Amino acid sequence: MKDSGRNWRIERKMNIRFSGFGGQGIILSGYIFGTAAVNDGKSALQTQSYGSESRGGGCRSDVLVSQEEIYDLGPSKFDVLVALSQSAYNSYIGSLGKGGILLVDEDLVDPGSHTPPKTHKIKATDIAFKKFGNKIMANMVMMGFVNSILGVISKESLKKAIRDNVAEETAESNLQAFDEGYRMGKEIN
Amino acid sequence: MGDEAAAYGALYAGCNFFAGYPITPASEIAEVMARELPRSDGYYVQMEDEISSISAIIGAVWAGGKAMTATSGPGFSLMQENIGYAIMTETPCVLVNVQRSGPSTGQATKPAQGDVLQARWGTHGDHEIIALSPSSVQETFSLTIEAFNLSEKYRTLVILLMDGEIGHLRENITFPPLEEITLQERKTGPADAPSFGGAAVPPMSTFGQGRFVHVTGSTHKENGMRDVSTQSVHQELVTRLCGKIRDARGEIWRIEEDYMPGAKVGVLTYGATARPAKGAVLEARRQGTAVDFLRLISIWPFPEEAVRKLADRVDVILVPEMNLGQISREVERFTSKPVLPISRIGGVIHRVEEIKDEIIANG
Repeated sequence: MKDSGRNWRIERKMNIRFSGFGGQGIILSGYIFGTAAVNDGKSALQTQSYGSESRGGGCRSDVLVSQEEIYDLGPSKFDVLVALSQSAYNSYIGSLGKGGILLVDEDLVDPGSHTPPKTHKIKATDIAFKKFGNKIMANMVMMGFVNSILGVISKESLKKAIRDNVAEETAESNLQAFDEGYRMGKEIN
Repeated sequence: MGDEAAAYGALYAGCNFFAGYPITPASEIAEVMARELPRSDGYYVQMEDEISSISAIIGAVWAGGKAMTATSGPGFSLMQENIGYAIMTETPCVLVNVQRSGPSTGQATKPAQGDVLQARWGTHGDHEIIALSPSSVQETFSLTIEAFNLSEKYRTLVILLMDGEIGHLRENITFPPLEEITLQERKTGPADAPSFGGAAVPPMSTFGQGRFVHVTGSTHKENGMRDVSTQSVHQELVTRLCGKIRDARGEIWRIEEDYMPGAKVGVLTYGATARPAKGAVLEARRQGTAVDFLRLISIWPFPEEAVRKLADRVDVILVPEMNLGQISREVERFTSKPVLPISRIGGVIHRVEEIKDEIIANG
């Protein structure tokens, strides 16, 4: 691979875990990533886990992208962990594989002394609130950031999947939030 | 999503009535039905609880509809009484149970396969049941259509026994053209044909279609009239109800076999667990262990012939399942060879690696 930022061993297969608390759009993020991967012609699978609460409980959404049939519906290790809350980080940091990539909202997550070498931080919630007037779009900022760093799914497919899965009147601002995250990822990458 | 595939499978099968009460991880089935049925002249009813939900679908079928309900463990427990009523009144309908981790409210949102034996024996009295268990989103779609077809063919309630893993799994699915779907028509007969006898599967009447029919969960004669005191009436009725499924089991069985020469160990599995199990079998073979693979698609009636065949081939049968050993117990009835459950509970599915290690250790 030419680009060191995309130097993950997984050309054939990649497991991404989005995590946070209910209401942050975690499951939607996984859904959009998986849909975009399928639209790119890959095999993709998305599973989710959440508490009985509709908001505030722990929440994760796993996306497995592969060129081949997927057998491990619940892999024990992930190549990428995205954490939007401290409790999600604490719960799931153990599932990040060796050499895996950690992406966090730096205002909400402090990885502490065990920060993995490949850690990328962004103020996703702060940007969503200050630039787009709604912190609920933090997941869009984060998705743009994740995708610019991983580059595993085409930007076009992701933006189409976003457009198809958010309310029509918010599509433009969601896409702008995505673009902002994408731009910031490029800056550090 | 598996749940959505079940809903669309039902719609492709011509389901025009859904009654249910929401419960994770089955609620998405109701969500799709609530959205789609009113658009296609169907009916969606959100009931006050699970008992009324299954009651409503039974009533809808007798009014001429094709009906389904969907629930998970706690709701499945509440529906048991009327599962028996649907069997006794020979009402073709489909019940989806997206299994979650119990007992009781358990781990409310997490997957399990703990209702496998409840599906077989949960309702009281002698009975046979048909239950199908999908291993992918695509198969959930096709098995839902099969569930409707089997329910019509044998005039009985059919359980689509999903697990929360498949219910909440999103993956690729292709919808076939509508004209490629084969549907089993409801068996009807002349006005004087008895609705509850005269054939293994008697023709069905419909309310409002010009004849008097009595429908009761109590023991009844061929014309449907209640007779709870004559031994021979009960014996004939219940023997026929069981026999119409037991005698047709060869036609109902659905399995996936993948055998290879020299295998000493066999893996028997079903539902979501079949996914990591298949991956484990392929990986073990790559590493040089000969292993057989058998997936039960129909769980009930239990595909005993296939299980005997597997047992004849191998020295040990591994049964990965998301419970503390339910189907493995059933497997033991058909072989004297060792049957080793690979149990996993707590809402987390097996990994390929752990099943593969067991295969190699026993191969």
